[in-house]
Formats: sequence, structure tokens, C-alpha cells
Amino acid sequence: MNTDVKTQTSTDTFNAAKARLDFPALHQEVHGRPLVYLDNAATTHKPASMIEAVNRFYQRDNSNVHRGVHYLSQKATGQYERARQTVRRFINAADENEIIFVRGATEGVNLIAQTFGRHFVHAGDEILISEMEHHSNIVPWQILCEQTGATLKVIPFMDSGEIDLNTYQSMLNPRVKLVGIVHLSNTLGTINPVAEMVKMAHAQEIPVLIDGAQSVAHLPVDVQAIDADFFVFSGHKVFGPTGIGVVYGKMDRLDQLQPYQGGGDMIHSVTFEKTIYADVPHKFEAGTPNIAGAIGLGAALEYLTSWSLEEIIRYENELLRYATQALKKIEGLTIIGNAQNKAGVISFALEDIHPHDIGTILDMEGVAVRTGHHCTQPIMDHYQIPATTRVSLAFYNNQADIDAMMQALQKAIEVFR
Amino acid sequence: MSEIRELYQELILDHNRNPRNFKPLPDANHHSEGFNPLCGDHYHVYIKTDENGTIQEITFDGKGCAISKASASLMTGFLKGKSVEEAIVAFDSFHDVVTGKIDPETGMAELGKLAVFAGVREFPVRVKCASLAWHTMKAALTETETVISTE
Repeated sequence: MNTDVKTQTSTDTFNAAKARLDFPALHQEVHGRPLVYLDNAATTHKPASMIEAVNRFYQRDNSNVHRGVHYLSQKATGQYERARQTVRRFINAADENEIIFVRGATEGVNLIAQTFGRHFVHAGDEILISEMEHHSNIVPWQILCEQTGATLKVIPFMDSGEIDLNTYQSMLNPRVKLVGIVHLSNTLGTINPVAEMVKMAHAQEIPVLIDGAQSVAHLPVDVQAIDADFFVFSGHKVFGPTGIGVVYGKMDRLDQLQPYQGGGDMIHSVTFEKTIYADVPHKFEAGTPNIAGAIGLGAALEYLTSWSLEEIIRYENELLRYATQALKKIEGLTIIGNAQNKAGVISFALEDIHPHDIGTILDMEGVAVRTGHHCTQPIMDHYQIPATTRVSLAFYNNQADIDAMMQALQKAIEVFR
Repeated sequence: MSEIRELYQELILDHNRNPRNFKPLPDANHHSEGFNPLCGDHYHVYIKTDENGTIQEITFDGKGCAISKASASLMTGFLKGKSVEEAIVAFDSFHDVVTGKIDPETGMAELGKLAVFAGVREFPVRVKCASLAWHTMKAALTETETVISTE
């Protein structure tokens, strides 16, 4: 049992076998085989407590937020705002009003591009992103650059899958108006040194957006320690529902921004002559929000933090090592992304067998992996490969999952030998 | 394993390992480029027809999975010597076979070796792989567009 008295009393010693039982969808057969789910970077499965929270909301508490004086509306509003507090605690934001609910990380980046970007970025300015960004942290900036005449600059990564900080340093200059960096690469598994990179940008007063879509489920995230100006993530990649995500922004940054979309729930008062916007975060949440989604996300984060995150990370690192060692024994297999500091994700290429064929054969054996470019085509171009097979872990995976994946992979090799 | 072998039949594996007509065709008078953006498959199809509309030569090159490459390889062998009209008819038949619209037992006679792709109908996400080269061939012949995408 946990003897560390400093640990939160609600935190249990992590037990992967027990945790796995909390995820109903993991316990099913696929093509007559027990499901082995290794596609967690695409989306994670959901704990029963999260599913139940969403269910309970629709069955019992369903109402709109921030409007009715009636009982259910107050209850819904209370739960929605409590979810905001849970998110604040989870990423250690200073103030719950720095938490904006959106549809997901993608909408989060678009929100910052179209509010901060449209206001502060002009022709001749630069936006700096890395070569390992997900398309969702590339395309919104390309759109912004087209709108403003700014230029998108790309920090290259080395073949190891790591960003060279000296190159990054040399690209920081007064024309750069924003840096956008992925915290944990969904394709390479690289953990970028975001706190250091933020510090380097801040030395030149450049704000930084961190794409935390992958990191929230695998790393402790403290937005104040990172000193991120903006941080975005999706609920569904951290055991929550789809269609809900978060933009964190420092209050003084958010205060300077104009609304993202206009509508109900984002105003103080509306006349045809003049509309006064609501305060942060509500001015960024036009229309009826995804109430059940936010409540579900809150429940998912409460579930996750009921375990010791430190122990989860230790467990996942051990599993990552186990899987990496097993894969490395296969002749002709190349692991794409060999950063010193890695988490949760292994991409690989296998001589003469296309990832799509591997994916189909693994699926027939009940093993779910992702094959393709993982919405990171520039990474594929870097290594001059069309696609990879990607194994991505969560804390409910175990060594038996890796063994089953390896067996299925051997079958694929047999077929193509 | 049996379902896997149903899809990856020896003929498909052979054409994947040793694709036939796998080269550009400098004197082609029809050419098109096909993508499957989801998995990164990317092929060129080159066709040389004579004045009667007969396919004298047809080749392909590019990269992709075993299903797409074998399909392209077998397609080139099948279409050589056929007329443009026959090629378009074959496109429809092939498409119907891989999407399960026609029964491979009855509707495959005229497709010959291509019947090997009937197993694809059990794998809906792989239909695009099997049909990419065919879509590219059709685009090359009908010249409606020169770059086609399955998405």
C-alpha cells in the first residue's frame, strides 16, 4: 500500500490490472480474438466512471447552463463550472477562468490563431513551429499567414527525433510573434523540453503555444511551471469524451483578445448599436457548450488523478522499454524516433512490408494499431517514408498486449517472407 | 490465419514482390497520378494507345501497400491489348467485385486472374487500396483530371 504520507489521500497505488477493469470497451473480442488496444495516441478508451457521469447528466441533470434560474439549470451550471475547476487543478493553472472549453486541441489552436494571431500578427512577421508538429498545429498557422502576410518558419528536428535547441535559438528573432511546439510527439514519442523552449522564447518576449494533445495522458502537466502562454488539449485523448477540449491561456493574454465566435452566452449585453462581451473565459464560449462533454472530461480527469501519476508514468516507461526491446529484435525493423526523452509512442518501419498491410494482419489478430502518416506528413518526408506502423500505449496496457502484438507481427512477417 | 491468406493470396504476394510493368513509359500518350492520402499510397499510370484506341502498352510506378501494388501490376497485364472501352468496362467489373456488388463465383469469368482480389470485399478499408490504380487508369484514359485522390 501507499505509505507516502505526502501523497493525496485519494490517490491509490497504481495497479494496472485493476485499472484495466475500469475500462469496459477493453473487454471484448475482435475477429474472435481478445482486443489488444494499442492505438491510444488516436484516442483512449473510457473509464466506466466517465461514461456514467455523462449518462447521469443526460438521465437526470440535463439542462442548459448559465441561463435558467430553475433547479436543473443551476445544477448543470454547477457541474459544468466544477469541470472547469477540475481542469484547472489538473494542469495547475493559476485561475479557473484561464480554462476555455472548446471542441478539441484542433479548435484550440484555431482559436489562438484567429484571436491572438489576427490581432498581433502582421505582414512580415513570423510564426515559428517545429517540423514534428501535428497537422493541427501547422494548418491553422498557414491559414493565418495567408490572411496576414506573415511567414511560417519551421524548426527542423534531428534524425534522432529531437529538436536542436541551438538551431531553435538561432531562429528566435524580433519578427517572431508566436512559437507553437508539440509537448509530446504523436508520431515520434519525443518529449520536447518545452519549459526550456518557452524560457528561450520569453527572453525575447515571444509568447508560446504548447500542443498538449498527447502529453496530458502521459506526463505531469503544470502550465505554470512550463510558463506556457497558451496550452491546448483534447478530452478524448485523456480518457474523456470526444468533442470537448481545452484552451488554457494566461489571463493577461486572454484579456487582450477579441472573441473567437459571436453568439449567445458570450455577451454582457446586446443592442443593435453595441454589444458588450462577457469576461474570459465566457467570451470565447459562444453558444450552448458541450456541457456533457465538459462534465465527462472532469470525471475522466478525476479518475486519472485518483491514481498516482508518478506511478503511472513509471509503469508506462517500463512498458515502453519492454515494447521497444521486443521490436528491436526483429530483423529489418527500424524504430522511427529515438529521442532520449520519450513516452508512450513507438513508430516503426519494416523492410518490404507496408504499414497498411501490417495493420490489416494485426487487426485480424485483434490487435489495434495505427498505420499511416499520423497527420504528420512532414515527419514522413523527413525520413522519406510514406507511413509508419505506430504502437501507442496507455496505463491499462500490459506486457501481454505487447506479446500479442509481437506474435501478430510475426504472422505478418511470415505472410510476406 | 486463413482469413489473412484469403486476402494475401500467393498471386498478390508475388506481384507485390515482383511487380510487372513497373516502370515509367516515356512515349505514353495518357498519364495520371493517384493518391491515397490516408495511407500514403502514390502511383503513376502510363498508357500508350494506338490510333484505333487499343492499349499497346501500360505501365506504372510509385509506392504503396501490397494490395495496391499487386492490383496495379495485375491490372497492367490484364489491360494490355484491350481497347479503351474494354478497359472502362473492366474498371466497373473490378470495382463491383472488390466492393462485393457482384458475386465473384458468377461475375468473375471475364476478369481472369483479377478474381484474386475478391477477398478484398471482406476488408472494406482496403477497397481503396485495390482500386487506386484502376481509378488512376480510368482518369488517364478519360482525361477528366490528371491527379486523382481516393479521399
